[in-house]
Amino acid sequence: MEDRTGQAKGTVLRLVLGGAAMFGFAFALVPLYDVICEVTGLNGKTAGRYEAAPAALEPDRSRDVQVRFVTNTNAGMPWRFGAEQGGMTVNPGGLNVAMFYAENPTNRPMVAQTIPSIAPGRAASYFHKTECFCFDQQVLMPGEKVEMPMRFIVDRDLPEGVVTISLSYTMFDITDQASGRYALEKALATKSAPAAKASGDTGAAGG
Amino acid sequence: MSAVIEAHHDDHDHGPAKGITRWLYTTNHKDIGSMYLWFSFIMFLVGGVMALVIRAELFQPGLQFVEPALFNQMTTNHGLIMVFGAIMPAFVGLANWMVPLMIGAPDMALPRMNNLSFWILPFAFGMLLSTLFMESGGPNFGWTFYAPLSTTYAPDSVTYFIFAVHLAGASSIMGAINIIATILNMRAPGMTLMKMPMFVWTWLITAYLLIAVMPVLAGAVTMMLFDIHFGTSFFDASGGGDPVLFQHVFWFFGHPEVYIMILPAFGIVSHIISTFSRKPLFGYDSMVYATSSIAFLSFIVWAHHMFTVGMPLAGELFFMYATMLIAVPTGVKVFNWVSTMWRGSMTFETPMLFALAFIFLFTIGGFSGLMLAIAPADFQYHDTYFVVAHFHYVLVSGALFSIFGAVYFWLPKWTGHMYNEGLGKLHFWLSFIGVNVAFFPMHFSGLAGMPRRIPDYALQFADFNAWSTVGAFVFGISQLLFLWILVQTIRAGQKATTEVWEGSEGLEWTVPSPAPYHTFAEPPKVA
Repeated sequence: MEDRTGQAKGTVLRLVLGGAAMFGFAFALVPLYDVICEVTGLNGKTAGRYEAAPAALEPDRSRDVQVRFVTNTNAGMPWRFGAEQGGMTVNPGGLNVAMFYAENPTNRPMVAQTIPSIAPGRAASYFHKTECFCFDQQVLMPGEKVEMPMRFIVDRDLPEGVVTISLSYTMFDITDQASGRYALEKALATKSAPAAKASGDTGAAGG
Repeated sequence: MSAVIEAHHDDHDHGPAKGITRWLYTTNHKDIGSMYLWFSFIMFLVGGVMALVIRAELFQPGLQFVEPALFNQMTTNHGLIMVFGAIMPAFVGLANWMVPLMIGAPDMALPRMNNLSFWILPFAFGMLLSTLFMESGGPNFGWTFYAPLSTTYAPDSVTYFIFAVHLAGASSIMGAINIIATILNMRAPGMTLMKMPMFVWTWLITAYLLIAVMPVLAGAVTMMLFDIHFGTSFFDASGGGDPVLFQHVFWFFGHPEVYIMILPAFGIVSHIISTFSRKPLFGYDSMVYATSSIAFLSFIVWAHHMFTVGMPLAGELFFMYATMLIAVPTGVKVFNWVSTMWRGSMTFETPMLFALAFIFLFTIGGFSGLMLAIAPADFQYHDTYFVVAHFHYVLVSGALFSIFGAVYFWLPKWTGHMYNEGLGKLHFWLSFIGVNVAFFPMHFSGLAGMPRRIPDYALQFADFNAWSTVGAFVFGISQLLFLWILVQTIRAGQKATTEVWEGSEGLEWTVPSPAPYHTFAEPPKVA
């Protein structure tokens, strides 16, 4: 039996290492999932800020694509958030601007993060944003309202079958996660002086 | 390590210690196997009571007995307890008892770890059940605990749930390591891999599945823990995470998990069918390859649980065809069982009845699984009672019936007594009728659109649900008869012979009944 024990030791070691590797694999799935979604555009995930080469900015006037905007606030998020227009017709290759607004109607400073999603998913990798509020977090003082431009290019290589792209934004309240973080403190500090004025202005306008 | 083995060596002539310490300190595979089986039986009754609470509430439309909040906790805990507390430990218990006896080993390869992996379980499930008495209530997010239901919107007790899953997972991994180490290193001389009994083969493959996916489950709940307490955003969209990622990680574990709960059943049924047909198993080699193929395929079909999350067409098609492919090796198995019976001298003792019911009802569950595999159709069936009917056919009349069959089959070897055949058959027929009356109507209520996990339903589903409830109570109460049969057999009963069954084959039938405390101190020779 002793001679068999030596073998068992090796087996057990390999199995323990295998188990540990699979625990690591569970966590490897997280970046793997992000990479796969970004490369393939699955799940409507859009990439980060797009640097457009000037040559690529030649609009294809022969083709119209409908871009529709959908805005939502997540459960428990009291902000008013929307697009200035429900949608627009664009030419692939051209640079377009859409305006969005957000307003904090509460009486406390709050931080928001917006998450985009594109439908149909196969259009996601052809929708490029050069500027988007979703790249940053928004810090709004009580009663403050902001206009947020979003600049985008629909790629000229957009598959033929796609005639409508829906861009959905969901706004999340991340005040609790952000509070106490250095970024929020800094944002509030730089904001507090002009923001007081801004809220005063809003109040005056309202009056 | 060798010191441990050596100490154990000196023990051989002693019987079991007396009193409670026998069970606390035991390293004997038979003692530990028995504890696993009793533990899983207790969990089966606890989870069963929860099922009856669910069915009582659903007897009529409207809210009668429980509040929706408690109903949600009942569905969640029923699933968790039956999967992790009843079915899985029962199979580990059977492996503990039978694997060393079947391969001619004196004990498991790691007897002390064996003790630890059992004794973790009562703590894991004690912790899980204690949440039901907490102010926030227990887990209420479904046994699949999808984020953000289980993170952002979870009751405060979710941390207890997470640690309970960690503990149960650690226990399973240790059990699996032990089983593989035993099978690979402690077989009697002459027993090559392709001479191993089918139950040993299926457990070897199951144990590999456990080691591959239980750590992934541990990873998933660890990510939940971090999201809840440490401000990470694995599954929180506002922080850049993705709730759909949770479903991918969960089902990467979850699909192999359902095969973990059925492969050992395939092994058990192979033994029973061959014994009571008095013929060797037809197509042994193809059984081994079919089991391996099913295990491999289980890793590439997980997203068929998520057809409705918004996958691209290519994904839907891949997971649809891969899922349908599983029907091929499964079909090989059913064919082999039927061929084993072909022209056999069949008798119909209780284990055989359970095995036959297994083949018949598991095949029905397999067919409804094929219906669910069709992605476009699944959009209709998703999250309805059709899914509930499907997985209860494969898990209750599949996995659980095989465990009942295994207990009747090997009980004479464990206790030295024959069970009461008349009562055993009564238990079978009550269970068989109860299961079908409970779950068959769910196919229809599901196809008609009744959603699962909801305490109330539209009036047109009333008749189907009334039948289901009656069937569930028949099935539930008949398990008390099973308990009575067990107690009666342990305490008294006709003396069992060494062979027990006329057509029995294998090393476990060469040791006396009841099996002595220590067996195969000298390895047997296998021709």
